[in-house]
Order: sequence, then C-alpha cells, then structure tokens
Amino acid sequence: MTAVQALMPKTGIRYWPERFVRGIGRFLKLMSRNKTGFAGFLLFIGFVLMTTVGTWFVPPATSADITKIYAPASWEHPLGTDSQGKDILAQIVHGGRDILQMALLTGIISTFIGVALGSLSALVGGGFDAFLTMLADIWLTIPRFPLLAVLATLIKLDNMLFLALLLSILSWAGLYRAIRAQVFSIKERDYIEAATALDLGMWHIIFSEVLPNMLSYIAISFTFGMTSAIYAQVGLVFLGLVPLTRNWGVMINLAWTQGAIFFKDSVYFIMAPVTAIALFQLSIVWMSRSLEEIFNPRLRTG
Amino acid sequence: MGTGLGEYLIEGRNLVRMFGSRKERVTAVDDVSFGIQEGEVVCLVGESGCGKTTTGKMIAGLLKPTSGQILYAGKPVWNPRGDRGEDFKKFRLGVQIIHQDPYASLNPSHTIYKILSTPLLHHKLVANTHEALERVIELLNIVGLGPVEDFLYKYPHQLSGGQRQRVSVARALTVNPRFIVADEAVSMVDVSIRVGLLNMMADLKRNLGVTYLFITHDLAVAKFFAWEGRIAVMYVGSIVEFASTPQLINDPLHPYSKALLAAVPEADPELTRSKERVELRSQDIPSLLALPSGCRFHPRCPYFEPGLCDVRRPALLPVGENRFVACHIAAREAGIPA
Amino acid sequence: MENKVADASRAKVPLTVEDLWVEYQIERGVVKAVRGVSFSLARGESLALIGESGCGKTTLGVALIRLLVQAARIPRGEITYWRGNQGIDVLSLKERELRRFRWSECAMVFQSALNAFNPVLRIWDQILDTAKAHGGMSRAQVRERALQLLEYVQLDPKRVIDAYPHELSGGMRQRVLLAMSLLLDPQVLILDEPTTALDILTQRTIIDLLRRLKEEIGFAMLFISHDLATAAELADRVATMYAGTIVELGPVDDIFYRPAHPYTLGLIRAVPTVTGDFEDLVSIPGAPPDLVDPPPGCKFHPRCPYVTEHCRVEEPKLEIHYGETHSVACFNVRRVQEDTLDLQERYQKYMGGKAQWAQG
Repeated sequence: MTAVQALMPKTGIRYWPERFVRGIGRFLKLMSRNKTGFAGFLLFIGFVLMTTVGTWFVPPATSADITKIYAPASWEHPLGTDSQGKDILAQIVHGGRDILQMALLTGIISTFIGVALGSLSALVGGGFDAFLTMLADIWLTIPRFPLLAVLATLIKLDNMLFLALLLSILSWAGLYRAIRAQVFSIKERDYIEAATALDLGMWHIIFSEVLPNMLSYIAISFTFGMTSAIYAQVGLVFLGLVPLTRNWGVMINLAWTQGAIFFKDSVYFIMAPVTAIALFQLSIVWMSRSLEEIFNPRLRTG
Repeated sequence: MGTGLGEYLIEGRNLVRMFGSRKERVTAVDDVSFGIQEGEVVCLVGESGCGKTTTGKMIAGLLKPTSGQILYAGKPVWNPRGDRGEDFKKFRLGVQIIHQDPYASLNPSHTIYKILSTPLLHHKLVANTHEALERVIELLNIVGLGPVEDFLYKYPHQLSGGQRQRVSVARALTVNPRFIVADEAVSMVDVSIRVGLLNMMADLKRNLGVTYLFITHDLAVAKFFAWEGRIAVMYVGSIVEFASTPQLINDPLHPYSKALLAAVPEADPELTRSKERVELRSQDIPSLLALPSGCRFHPRCPYFEPGLCDVRRPALLPVGENRFVACHIAAREAGIPA
Repeated sequence: MENKVADASRAKVPLTVEDLWVEYQIERGVVKAVRGVSFSLARGESLALIGESGCGKTTLGVALIRLLVQAARIPRGEITYWRGNQGIDVLSLKERELRRFRWSECAMVFQSALNAFNPVLRIWDQILDTAKAHGGMSRAQVRERALQLLEYVQLDPKRVIDAYPHELSGGMRQRVLLAMSLLLDPQVLILDEPTTALDILTQRTIIDLLRRLKEEIGFAMLFISHDLATAAELADRVATMYAGTIVELGPVDDIFYRPAHPYTLGLIRAVPTVTGDFEDLVSIPGAPPDLVDPPPGCKFHPRCPYVTEHCRVEEPKLEIHYGETHSVACFNVRRVQEDTLDLQERYQKYMGGKAQWAQG
C-alpha cells in the first residue's frame, strides 16, 4: 500500500459496518457528556421500548372486573386498577404507542417543512422571502389549539398520518422563522462566501455547507416539535375530539369524566397517564440538551 | 491605469458601489479605476471605511458594482443589465479570495481533507478520490502544512490561526486561480507568524505566477509584501495615490499619504521618535452620509486651497512614469495642467 | 522582603510585583498563565509588557487589580502598592478597600471596543457611576472634573458628555476611557492594547495624547500590547513576556538595539518598519507552548535557534546582564549579542559617541 493509499479516507461499502458500529459508539460517548441529556436519552429509549417491545409482554387490559375497582397497587397490578377494574399499568404500556408515533411523525414532518421553507426563504430572498415571512407572521397570530379543536369537530381525525400532517401545517410558522434566522446568519459567514467564489453551486452550499452547521438547531426544533405535538394530541383526545382508543389522553379523559379526581383511591388512575406524559416530555427536553452537544462540530476530533 | 504595458489581467473602470435604501444611500466606493497586470502584486491600503474591502469584494465578483465595469482578461465580468457575462465561469474560478478571520473562513463541520477535496471533485479537476488525496497532499505541502497526516482529517478548531490561514490559501489554490484577493489576510495572526505566511504567499507568486491584490490597513505589511509591486492608497471611497511601493514610501505625493507615513508608529525607537509629523487641520473623519464638497480630504489637508480644493474633485491623474495622484496641488507641482 | 518594606527610597515606586503566579483550572488540567513574574513600576515611568497571544500578559494586567475570573487563583506572589511610605498588599484587600483601590489608586483601561461601555447609558451616567463606586466626590465635583478631563483629552466636552457610546468613533471612545481613568487621579494606569484596532491616524493621536498625559500628570503607566511600535513610541522600559514569564526586561533602547533574548530578537526581526529601506524579515518557527503541560527547561527552546542541551533541561531565570537595568532569562546571551551587530551599529550611529557596554 503506497503512502497515499494509507491516508485514504475510509469510505466505501466495505467499511460501512465498521463505520456504523464506530458511529454508534461515538454517539453514545457524546451523549453521555451531558448527564441530564444522557438521562433523558435513556428515559426516552425506555419509553420507546416500553410502547413497542413492552406490548409483547404485557397483555392488554381488556378484562373489566368490577370487584377490583380502584384497587391499590399490588404485585398483580403494580399501578392499581381503574374505574372498571382494568389494570392501569397495562393501559399505560399500550397507551403510549399512538402518542409516540404521532409525536415522531409530527416532529419529522414539521421539521422538514420548517427547514425546507426557512432555508429556501433565506437563501433565495427577494419577493419569495417577503411573501412567506408575511404569511408566517399572520399564521402565528392564529390560536392553534382552538382552531384544531374546531377542525376536529368538522373532520374525522382518525388517521394518524393525517393528524400529524395537520399539526405540522398548523405549527410551521414558528419553526420557519427560527430556521430562516439561523440560515441568514450562517449565510453571511466567510466560508460560505468562499464556497461561492469556488463556484460550488447553490445545492452544495445548502446541503453541504449550511445544513451541517444547523444540525443541532434542527435537532432541537425536532424535539420541540414533538413536545408540542404531544400536547396538542393529548389535548384533543382529552376533549374527546379524536376517536382514538387505548391512549394516555383517553385515560385522562375517562378518569376525568369518571370523577377520579375526587377519590383518594382513584388517584393512580388519573396520575398515571399524566405522569407518563410528563415524564415522556421531560425525557425529550432533557435529551435535547445532549443533542445540542453532539452536533457541535467543536467536540469532534479528527 | 496600470503600467501601461500590455494587457491587464484585471481592470476596473469607474467602479461605484452604493449601499442602503433610496433615502439613505452611502457610497462606499466612488469612481475607482485601475488595472493590474498578470504577476503583479498590488496593495490596497487605507483606514477603516475607505472602501478597500468593498473594492476587493467587487474584484472577486462577490459584490456587484452599482455602476462601472470590471474586466477579466479583457472580457467584462458583468453585462450592462447586471447578469453574468460570457466566460463568467472562467472569471469565477480564476479569482479567489482569502479572508481576514481565520476562525470564520473555514467550515467548522468539515475536515481539512473535505474542505480541500470538495472543489477538486466538484469541478472534476481530479478523476477519483485517490487523485484528490494526492492533490490535497500536494497543496498542503505547497502551503507549508506538514506532516500531512497531522492535518488531513482534523477539524478547523483543532488548528491554530496561522495554520487555518494556510488552509484558506490551499483552498483558494485548488481551482488554479490566476488572481488572489487577500483581504487583511494576516491581520488576525500573531506577529511572529505573519512573516511566514507572507513569505509563503510570495513564494506562490514566484513559483505559480499568482497575481495578488492585498488589502491591508498595515503599511508595514504592505511595504514588505508589495516591495516589488505597487500600492494604492484609498480615502473615503476613492484612490488618492497609486505608485510603486518604493516611490510611495520614500516620496509620497498626496497629503493623505504623507500624513499616513508620518503618523504610523515604527518598531524602532529612534526612527519613530524623530519622525517629522504632518499636522492635519482636523481629526474628524468624514461621515459617508455627509461627504465634504470637492476633494474629500480638504477639511483636514494642510495644503488646502480655498476655492480650489473645496470646489472641484481632483481626478486621479498620471504624474510621471506609472504614478497617479488625485490632488490639485500635487498635480500642479508635477507640472500637470489642472 | 523586610528590607523592601522598610526601604524609604521605595516611596518612588508605586507598584512592585514579586514572584507572581496565576493559574486556573480547565478540563484538561491547570493552566499556568503567569509563572513567577517580578517587576517594579516607578513613578512617572511607562513600562511596556510585550508579548503575543497566550503569553499571559493580559492575565497579569488583570491580576494586578484583581479582576481575574472566578476560576483563576493566585497560589504565590505579592503585589505591593505604595502610597507615600505606606505599602498596601493588594492581594489581601477586602472587597470595599479593593473597590477604593481600583480606579482611585490604580485604574485599568481596556480596549476601546464598544464592550467597554454600557450601550444604553450616556457617557455622563457612566462617569458618575464610576466616580460614585470608587471615590467620595460630590456630583458637582465629578461633573467639573469630567468636563475638565474631556477637554484635556481633546474632545468637545459638552458634546461628548451627553452622547451615547455608539455615537462616538473608536478613537473618541478610547479618549473617553482615558479621561475616565484619570477621574480619581490614580498613581498607576494600566492600559490593555491601547492602540490595537485603531486606524493609523487615530493611533497617532492616542499615542501623542498618552505621552502628553504622562509627562504632564506624571502617573506610572503599564501598557500591555503585542505591538512593538507602540512600545517604541511610549515606553521607558520594555518587558517581553513568553509563556507566562518575563524573558527580558530593560530600557527601551536596550531592548530594541541590544536585545539579549532570542525571542525578543525574533520579534524585532519579524516586525517591519514602514519608512526606510526594505528589510528582509524572519518569522519565528513553531507555536507558543501549551500552558497546561509546557516543555521542560526554557519554554522557548523548541523554537529557539540558539538552543543547547542546557536549555532543554533548566529554565533560565531573569538575571542581570547588561548593567543594572537590563536583565535577561537566557543562557546564550553572547551568541545573541554576536547576531545583533547590525542593530547595535544603528544604536551607536543614532546615539553618537560610545554606548555603554557592561560585560555580563
């Protein structure tokens, strides 16, 4: 192997498995730099596992047993039972899937819309930018949740994808403005000017020069897209506007309507889904701290 | 407006660049003309706000002139309507820029290898990644960064300021430019490292025939780098004097050049303490929103003649062989009719 | 140490620094930013502290008025400030005394950047705030003195005192800072990069102003810079700093024409003059050392053209070399001397007559 060959960058199909494994290792190491972030990350993974793998092990709570209404925590029912005697833990385990899927989907779609429009707007400029900015300004004044509630009564929101799309479209404006501001600032940097002088082309500049420096920003936006989607969804479900079953929101709805807040025994019923949602949101927010760091190029060592 | 012999590589004719809205317009560059031949080194010096960086960016094609023409190898760079001229691509790759701030001129997410190989691969200047690596190694050697293993896969934040500037130079060289605009390229680098950088850039001129426009506010650096070239002094948007470096240093003609040379502190106690000062009439730097009438320098000029200097703007006139001055008094003393 | 405290002639020396060490903790280890620096500053004298980035000069300046960051600590050393015959140990001053010390005894002027001012306050408000925080003058007294000083630094007092910082140019802001620093009549003025980031003509006015102020008011001035030219203009004595220590200290003419330390010589050979003939310049190879884990022996040895085995092993101390006033920290001074004959020639030419040679 010549001296030059020895210095070749490691790319190519042959190296992919090795790069993948090394990538995971580096990812974990960087994540663990921030203690809170790592805790959040583990918690998040925990929730993901619980709502996917966990459903294989925990049977769904379908059997109503009126002898066990609001039973306290026990080995058989670690979180007690609800107003119909159904196991709360099982409901928690099974009720998270919709929420998680929705959150991820909305996060991805809204981030995609925000990044695409925001960066295009900042880079193309001119009338296009002016128009979109005006549109965003107007959009931001619309109260989202009431609008969502109204739409929910008019349209049947049973398709998860559709709901995710709807939520994303309603919340594009905030992310658009943030990304646009970021791109504006990056666009002025000297290395972008150098890329222009080297005639590397607009697509290269967007994807290879600008975007990699925005990854941490995009990751954070993604996490906050998720949290707001969860709130929106749980809110809608709680209000009974979305015909979904087996959902933490539904649990809260049931608990509320069943008057669970008035009894000492029924505290598990209402607190369990609320805590689950709160913990899940917390894990996302904590995780975003680590995400900020891992995308920071100054932590990389060649 | 150059040496008058043969074709210019880059020529600027009546360049004007304005900024701002219709209500508040600022003229950063006001009717600047010059010509630079291949292989020359020209320094553009002046204080902050004189328009030298704006001029440099126009020459590098990164800013469009509000009016005026830029010619590269004889062909106009921009069409009268403002879109790109024919042969724009040749101009684009033929003129490269090196920035002032080593901490902002390299993309922090890319390794040095990626920064240098991207233009090579994008423009198909090499056939494959193996050739790209060979050329990158060659470039690193040219700019004096070695051993190459220590630099190839590092990120910019792992390099020192001087090293980053060298990478910037290497990046400019990837597309084999004929002309390099260096915008305060050594100002943010430590003094002891500056000279190495300047010598490396001078070697490029000798070995590769690169032509330079070196923008700086530091007269000492201008003198050292352009000793065999020329210096153009700018004041509030125009060139006030344009001469070969030894001529400018030893025998400045424009009052502003004289003032600069007399005022600059020297790293030599006897020299600096015994220098004769040029007393200016005022310390106020003119605001670009309210420019003085006639010659922009007249409120401060010790040779000011009322009725002449505050009425008519002096044109950049040839005074002797390949020397230009924009001053009524200097022109008169050189025997040029007004 | 006792001798110095009792020595009445020390009354001429407002500031002495004795074996000062400053270090601070970072993730990798302990950064030894200042390592055993000793010097004194006489009344009416200006001392230039010259060095490049990372040599510790700014840390030293800031340590003198105890403005260091929380993470920094001073494990060793003494800073003594003399008012008449009374010596004040600066390092043991309490908060209130420290505040009185700062600005009224020893003032520090930072670079003229906008950062030195509060952008939402007028100049007058900032002057008043400063005066109130550090001294006991009445409002009317402060006003009168402020107007006086602004005029002294060649500004239009009425116009400037009511202006906001962004309305003034860089040069004007630097002059306001100077006026403010003289408000409480300090004995010692520390200036950090007084002329960096200023245009040539503005630099000239600031330098001339500093010279005039020093001559007429007579304070002691310590200025920190990387710019040899400023030192050549303003300094009576120059200290070159490298990797946290002073490697050479002497009168300005000695430093420039008879440099004895290879680093000082390297700096001089690397900095061009503008007027005069073309000079071939030489850069100093390598880079400054890592202050967490510096090399053994002399910290400059990896870059030094005169390096010997001794240099790699033992770090030279700042010892007397050329007479009472010029000291160097280097084992190879003779060889440096041999390489500076051209500079010495110029010195002799300018000085006329004989130059003093003290055989070291």
